[in-house]
Amino acid sequence: MKGFRYISDVVSLKLNEEVCIGCGNCETVCPHQVFELAGRKARIIDRDGCMECGACANNCPVDAIAVTPGVGCATYVIKKWWQEIRGKEGPITCC
Amino acid sequence: MVKHPPPIPIFEPHQDEVSCCGSSLAPPAGQHERAGYTICRFVDDFIETDSGPVPRVATRLSLYDKAGSIMVRLGARRDSYRIAPGLYCVGNPRHDSPVLATANYKLTFDTVRRELAGRDVWILVLDTRGINVWCASAHKTFGTDELIRMIGTSGLEKVVSHRQLVVPQLGASGVNAPALRKACGFEVVWGPLRASELPRFLAASCRADPAMRKLSFKMAERLVLAPVELTMALKPSLFILAAMFFVSGLGPEFFSLKQAWARWQFFASAFLSGLFAGTIIVPALLPWLPFRSFYLKGIVVALPVAVAIVFGGGTGFSTETIAQMLICLSVSSYAAMNFTGATPFASPSGVEKEMRRAIPLQAGMVLGALALLLVQPFLR
Repeated sequence: MKGFRYISDVVSLKLNEEVCIGCGNCETVCPHQVFELAGRKARIIDRDGCMECGACANNCPVDAIAVTPGVGCATYVIKKWWQEIRGKEGPITCC
Repeated sequence: MVKHPPPIPIFEPHQDEVSCCGSSLAPPAGQHERAGYTICRFVDDFIETDSGPVPRVATRLSLYDKAGSIMVRLGARRDSYRIAPGLYCVGNPRHDSPVLATANYKLTFDTVRRELAGRDVWILVLDTRGINVWCASAHKTFGTDELIRMIGTSGLEKVVSHRQLVVPQLGASGVNAPALRKACGFEVVWGPLRASELPRFLAASCRADPAMRKLSFKMAERLVLAPVELTMALKPSLFILAAMFFVSGLGPEFFSLKQAWARWQFFASAFLSGLFAGTIIVPALLPWLPFRSFYLKGIVVALPVAVAIVFGGGTGFSTETIAQMLICLSVSSYAAMNFTGATPFASPSGVEKEMRRAIPLQAGMVLGALALLLVQPFLR
């Protein structure tokens, strides 16, 4: 997305190219064009463009992609920290 | 597969009957009116299918729909702005017409149907608890399980002969296409990111070109979010302003109403200008502001205000102006940081990283301001 860049070198996205079967699902669903299909394998071409939405990993048929999905939202993070402090678990809503 | 009898009107045709109460007799109840239910205003008609009657919805938004959109954009009744999940349709869809999946947030549903004028399509509305596709897919309420459930309860298999389902691309974090195919045989066709691309997408026989897969975050898209941010800040802001009034009055004679009013005006204006900077100016100027972290963008925007506070009144640096400056900077920084959640590009890892730096800084500024506020009356 032109003109918008967030903090670099932080995302948890990992691609295991050995396991990849080149189906192209990740390239299709990624809203930030992080992947590209080169031959019969996907590769990461814009790692820092990733917002960790988890769409790619969710739609990878062979679990070649790992990412800790979540919502990039300060309210969510505060609620999450608060839950950790109190030692509680459960779903967190932010929207 | 599906028979097509003529559409049955919601209300029977009006007949001239002699009336004594009022000018004319209202028509009798239509066959789709049922005890305990209200037919939604956006439903034009019902069409008969092998899975029962399916409501046909208007593609033009009424004044009522538009007023509702404005209301939720301002932040009112946002949590309960939903429609009943299930199968709807537009036009005269047949057994081979496309099926579009969407969320049951009414703002989302209205945005989708508005783009479908002149089309014949089915719309499968999932129960996302009244939340938009993207947020719901992050929480998996717009997800594979809910899709499977809704395909089952709506009887979609009997309504259409094909096994394809158009799912918005932003639903991909919740919908697992390979798993859906395995579970119920329906193939996912990834739709465009924006509902406004639906006409082009449908015209291209359900194929999305690269332009439909790219995100945008234009000025209008950013600013439309600002009123909700302000409304959400309203309650904590009123609490903070009340607390500020109390603290402003504290002094050598314990509490002075006169002193509270005189000082509160300064601090409240610093607070409000910080809030304005963080929730409106930061989103407006987002692509042009330096720094990647939002909390720093908030500080950058509030800096001119802070300088104006110190040097505008001709007082220069004093306990009072420094406290005001700290209030303005910390509030703007916090509000800007909060805007990460409204953007389509902030990663959770990044947000956590910046918050680990921002929260101590903001807390420090607030505590500094509070200390100055409390100490100042004793310095005279």
